Amino acid sequence: MVLLGLFIAYPFIRGLLLSVTDTRVGVEGPFVGLQNFERLISDPIFHLVVWNTCWYTFVTTIFKLGLGLWLALLLNRSFRFKAFTRAFILLPFIIPTVLSTFAWKWMFDPTFSVLNWILYKLGFISSAVNWLGDPELAMFSIIVVNIWRGVPFFAISLLAGLQTISPDLNEAAAIDGAPPLKRFWYITWPLLLPVTMVVVLFSVIQTFADFQIVYVLTGGGPANATHLFSTYAYQLGVGTGLLSQGAAVSLAMFPILMLIVVGQLLYIRRVEVR
Amino acid sequence: MIEGAAWRRWVFFRIPLAGFLIFLLFPFYWMIITTFRPDSELYRPWRAANYAPFWTWEPTLTHVKYLFNETVFTTWLWNTMFIASASTIISLICGVFAGYALSRLNFRFAGSLGSAIFITYLVPQTLLFIPLSEIIRAYKLGDTPWSLILTYPTFLIPFCTWLMMGYFKAIPKELEECARIDGASRWKAMVYIVLPVAVPGILSAGIFAFTLSWNEFIYALVFLSSPEQKTVPVGVVSELIRGDVFFWGPLMAGALLGSIPVAIAYSFFVEHYVSGLTGSVKG
Repeated sequence: MVLLGLFIAYPFIRGLLLSVTDTRVGVEGPFVGLQNFERLISDPIFHLVVWNTCWYTFVTTIFKLGLGLWLALLLNRSFRFKAFTRAFILLPFIIPTVLSTFAWKWMFDPTFSVLNWILYKLGFISSAVNWLGDPELAMFSIIVVNIWRGVPFFAISLLAGLQTISPDLNEAAAIDGAPPLKRFWYITWPLLLPVTMVVVLFSVIQTFADFQIVYVLTGGGPANATHLFSTYAYQLGVGTGLLSQGAAVSLAMFPILMLIVVGQLLYIRRVEVR
Repeated sequence: MIEGAAWRRWVFFRIPLAGFLIFLLFPFYWMIITTFRPDSELYRPWRAANYAPFWTWEPTLTHVKYLFNETVFTTWLWNTMFIASASTIISLICGVFAGYALSRLNFRFAGSLGSAIFITYLVPQTLLFIPLSEIIRAYKLGDTPWSLILTYPTFLIPFCTWLMMGYFKAIPKELEECARIDGASRWKAMVYIVLPVAVPGILSAGIFAFTLSWNEFIYALVFLSSPEQKTVPVGVVSELIRGDVFFWGPLMAGALLGSIPVAIAYSFFVEHYVSGLTGSVKG
C-alpha cells in the first residue's frame, strides 16, 4: 500500500512541483509560479490541443459505442464458430497498439496505399488521397484507427452485459407483440445502461490520454493539426527538453479528466439507484 | 436465432458480421502479406497496372532475415519478455495480497482505500511520464530494464488489486470459516483454501497484466535509450525508421513477430482474458 502511494502520489506531486519551475533537461530551474500555465493559456497550439483532444474523444466514443453495441448484439446470437469469432474479434485490442498502428500507417501511405487502390477501383476517387498529409484527413485517420482499436473492447464488455439479461424478458415482450426495435429500446438498453456507462468511462479516459496511435501515425502533424495532450507534452518535455512545460501540459489534462470522471460516476450512481 | 426468411438472416446478421470481421482483421492480413512480399512488389505504386494487393506470387523471407541479422530483434524480444514477466509477477503478488486484505479484513478505511485504488487505476500513464522520468534519472535507473519493471506495477498493481477484490468477494466466506474452525490460522486458510479457489481469477489478472505490459509504450520510449535495452514496440519504432526512411518490409515483419508471443499467450487463455476484461469494468 505504502509502495503504491509512493509510486503514484510521489510522481504526481513531483509533476506539480516541476510544472511551477523552469526546469530543462539537466538544469534545475528556479521557481516561476504559474508562469508555465499562463504561457499555455496564451499558446495557440495548446488551444488546438484542447480542442483536438475533446473532439477526438467525443467522436471516437460515439462510434465505438454504436459499433460496439451493434457487434455485441450480433454476437449475442448463437451460431457456429461463435467462440472462434469472438477470439478473433478481440485481436485488435490484444496486439500491441504501436505495432498494429504501423500496419495502418502502411495502409495510409500515399504512394503505396491499398486503401487508395480499393477506393479507386470502386470508383470513389480519381486521384491519390494523402491520408496523413492533410490536416482534416489526418484527424479522420487517427479517429478511424482509434475506433478500430476500441470496438472490440466495447463489443466484448457489452456482450458480457447482454448475457446477464434474462432472455425471458425479451420473449415475454415478443409474445405481447412488441417489435424488435421497441424491445431493444425498452428492455435491453435500460438494463444494459449501467455496464455501458462504466465501459464508456474507461474508454473516455483511455482515449483522452491516448498517445501511441497519434505518435506513430502523424507525430502530431501536419502543422500540429493532430496533437493531443500527451503527444504535445511529449514533444515539449522530451523532444525539446522543456521538462516543466511538458509536465504542465500533461497536468492540464487532470482537471478536465477529473470533471468528466466525477460527472460520469455521479451519473452511474444515479442509474444504479434507480 | 432469428425468425423469418433466409434473406433476413443475410441482411441483418451475416453481412454485418462479415463486415465487422473484415474491418477488424484486415490490418493483420496486410501485416502478414507485407512481411512475405519482395521489395519489388512492395514498392509498386497502387496505380501500376500489375499492382496485386491481396496476394504475392514470390513469397520471401528477406525481411525476416534482415530483422534478425541487421537489428537486435531477438534481444528486444527477450527484454520485453523479461520485463513483462517480472512486472506481472510483482504486481500479481501485491495484487493478490492487497485484494485479499481489502475484501476480507475489516479494518478502518478499507472502503476508502478500495476507492483510492480504483481512482489510481484510472490515472492514465501519459499523465505521469515526465515526472517519473525525472525520478528514474535521479535514481540512476535510466536505460535499464529495472526502470520499467519498477514503473509498470504503478498501473498493474491497482488493476490486479481491483480485479482480485472482486474475485475474493465472490468466494463464500463460509469456506474459509470452516477451515478456521478446524484450527487453521488465517494465513493457512488463505494459502490452502482461498488461493486455490481463486486460481482462475489470478490467471485472468496475470494474462491481462502481461498483455498490458507488453503493450506499454510511452514509459519504454522515454526511459530507454540504447538499442540493446529496448522493448519490441520501441525498438521497431526507433531502429527501423531512419529519418524519413521507413523500412516497411522489416517493420511489418517486426510488428508481426512482436505480436505473435502475445497472441499465443492470449490464445491459450482466451476465456480468462475475457473474464479479466469484463471483470475489470465491473464496478
